[in-house]
Amino acid sequence: MSQSAVREAMVNEGAELLAMYERMAVIRRTEKAAYDLFLAGLVKGTTHLAAGHEAIAVGASAALRPDDHVFATYRGHHHTIARGGSPEACLAELMQKATGICKAKGGSMHLTYAEGGMLGSYAIVGAHLPMAVGAAWSARLLRTDRIAVAFFGDGATNIGAFHEALNLAQVWRLPVVFVCENNLYMEYTPIRSVTAVENPAYDRAPAYGMAAELIDGNDVIVVRDAVARAAARARAGEGPTLIEAKTYRHYGHSRTDPAKYRPAEEVEAWLKRDPLTIARARLAGLGVPEAEIDEADRRAAELVEAAVRAAKQAPPPDLAEAFTDLWADGGAAWRN
Amino acid sequence: MAELTGTISYREAVAEGIAREMRRDPTVVCLGEDIGAAGGVFKTTQGLLEEFGAERVWDTPISEQAIVGAALGAAMTGIRPVAEIMFSDFLACCWDYLANEIPKVRYMSGGQVKVPLVIRTANGGGLGFGAQHSQAVENWALTIPGLKIAAPSTPADVIGLMAAAIRSDDPVIVFEHKGLFASRGPRPPEGHVVELGRAAVVREGRDVTVLALAATVPTALAAAERLAADHGVSAEVIDLRCLIPLDMTTVLESVARTSRLVTVEENPHQGGWGGTVVSLVVEEGFELLDAPVRRVASANVPLPFADVLENEVIPTVDRVVAAVRSVVDY
Ligand SMILES: Cc1ncc(C[n+]2csc(CCOP(=O)(O)OP(=O)(O)O)c2C)c(N)n1
Repeated sequence: MSQSAVREAMVNEGAELLAMYERMAVIRRTEKAAYDLFLAGLVKGTTHLAAGHEAIAVGASAALRPDDHVFATYRGHHHTIARGGSPEACLAELMQKATGICKAKGGSMHLTYAEGGMLGSYAIVGAHLPMAVGAAWSARLLRTDRIAVAFFGDGATNIGAFHEALNLAQVWRLPVVFVCENNLYMEYTPIRSVTAVENPAYDRAPAYGMAAELIDGNDVIVVRDAVARAAARARAGEGPTLIEAKTYRHYGHSRTDPAKYRPAEEVEAWLKRDPLTIARARLAGLGVPEAEIDEADRRAAELVEAAVRAAKQAPPPDLAEAFTDLWADGGAAWRN
Repeated sequence: MAELTGTISYREAVAEGIAREMRRDPTVVCLGEDIGAAGGVFKTTQGLLEEFGAERVWDTPISEQAIVGAALGAAMTGIRPVAEIMFSDFLACCWDYLANEIPKVRYMSGGQVKVPLVIRTANGGGLGFGAQHSQAVENWALTIPGLKIAAPSTPADVIGLMAAAIRSDDPVIVFEHKGLFASRGPRPPEGHVVELGRAAVVREGRDVTVLALAATVPTALAAAERLAADHGVSAEVIDLRCLIPLDMTTVLESVARTSRLVTVEENPHQGGWGGTVVSLVVEEGFELLDAPVRRVASANVPLPFADVLENEVIPTVDRVVAAVRSVVDY
């Protein structure tokens, strides 16, 4: 490559990374807002914040097409926003407002943004893995080259649906990518204390004859590239890939968990590897001026502040909404 | 495929009902264990692989969660899957999907996602398979808002309800009754659709309303014949055909005529569908009743293996006759 071509590639990569950085910053700030709103008594129920996992959702989304399908767990705020769901609609959902992304009928654990191909967050551990297999199957039957992606935690690798889904996806060579966000803990239990292999997802792939990658889940570029490779394989008809991305959550498992069970040195080491910090260093390496990065941060902050204001002002749902959307006719009548 | 005119068996009607929809709509596909080359363990999918090919008739591993989970994912993304769970008892292996995933996707997403999904399964006793292959479990599904439930009693209804179930944008569980597979009936014309949630008055009568479903329909009809011949009792028999949507209009209109009600269920008495129907009749039609209602249901025990023991436990013609006489003589 000529020097000018190298420079142009760096500029393009810098622009894409800056956009990813900004999206990660939006997610981080939305999570912080959710946390603060919870403490203020404005977010009900529970939340499973994904601060620390942003690089996985954003990196993967950058490697996917807008019409691909993704399925996530109850820890799914980051995937919803990465796929284009607005922070305002997400926060309104958490605050039980009429403008919530699921009309206040889903909640934090069930964020769905079908328009962006985000087909839901599922609170039964592992349940959505076969669903992603089905979406991949559907893509093949409909002769599209869409792919499906399932994001899940390390804890999900010990539930039956994980194994059934992997086997079915591989035996049918379906265009699906399984992405394990291994944050080292289930709720409060370290995964290594209940799993006999070091890498709960990656190490099992050979048993299904499945291609696999073990990656740094905190580096958005690494994630993007791994998912891009897996997506290309899937689109080429070469079958599924299992990606295990090592990461760490900044908060406890859910809002009631202060995460006291994690050794201080471990937390400290991982906070140093914050995906936003890593992305900043990479941006600097690509020659993106710091002022541009700060500007992206500022835009993210503004967007989320406006989202919080709007969500706070939104009205509660109309009570009649409790009785809509069960059936295809819009209603919920079970008898005549 | 069976011959194109005359009668058809209930088991052939299952394959015929699916085939008619697969011919009509290329997005209709089947998946399940042994449904392809083997034609299904009950031969209810015979001929489908030959006509539609392996891409639309998929043999799966023994993975009940993956079968219905994948069917759900496909249904959410533009396909109309018809998933078979070989014996209805095995629905327990994928209960999460029945109870938590399939019925809630549309609602939780605020209407963003539709689920045009059919799960078909062989339900009920009568073949001597013992406690883990003979249960009637339609009442399991009845406890979950968000599932539609069809349970046909005749080959024509198998075809008509299958058409409605596959065309429905809502998830439907179709309970095919093992004890009826060999029974025969008229082959319905092309385009035959039985709307979900419309009960059928299959025998008119004046003295008592007998509600039945699937295999208890022939039991109730046989009881009605005997009641007429031996006891001069005129029994109206209603085939509910669907539990959700539930056709309470037909039930209440009938009770208004007869003033007496007996339900005949194969599921265990505890938690059976008859309890729900009876509670609605009592709430909304108490003044229509001239006698206590009676429920004939299976006993609250696992299904025993021996025929004579199974007969002790499930609804029989004798038991229906006795129940009807007790309310008529009240
Ligand atoms: C089938 C099932 N069992 C248990 C739970 C309770 N539960 C919720 S989250 C969780 C831990 C899951 O950990 P992991 O898969 O690693 O995901 P993470 O929360 O770390 O993202 C458990 C046990 C559940 N929701 N579903």
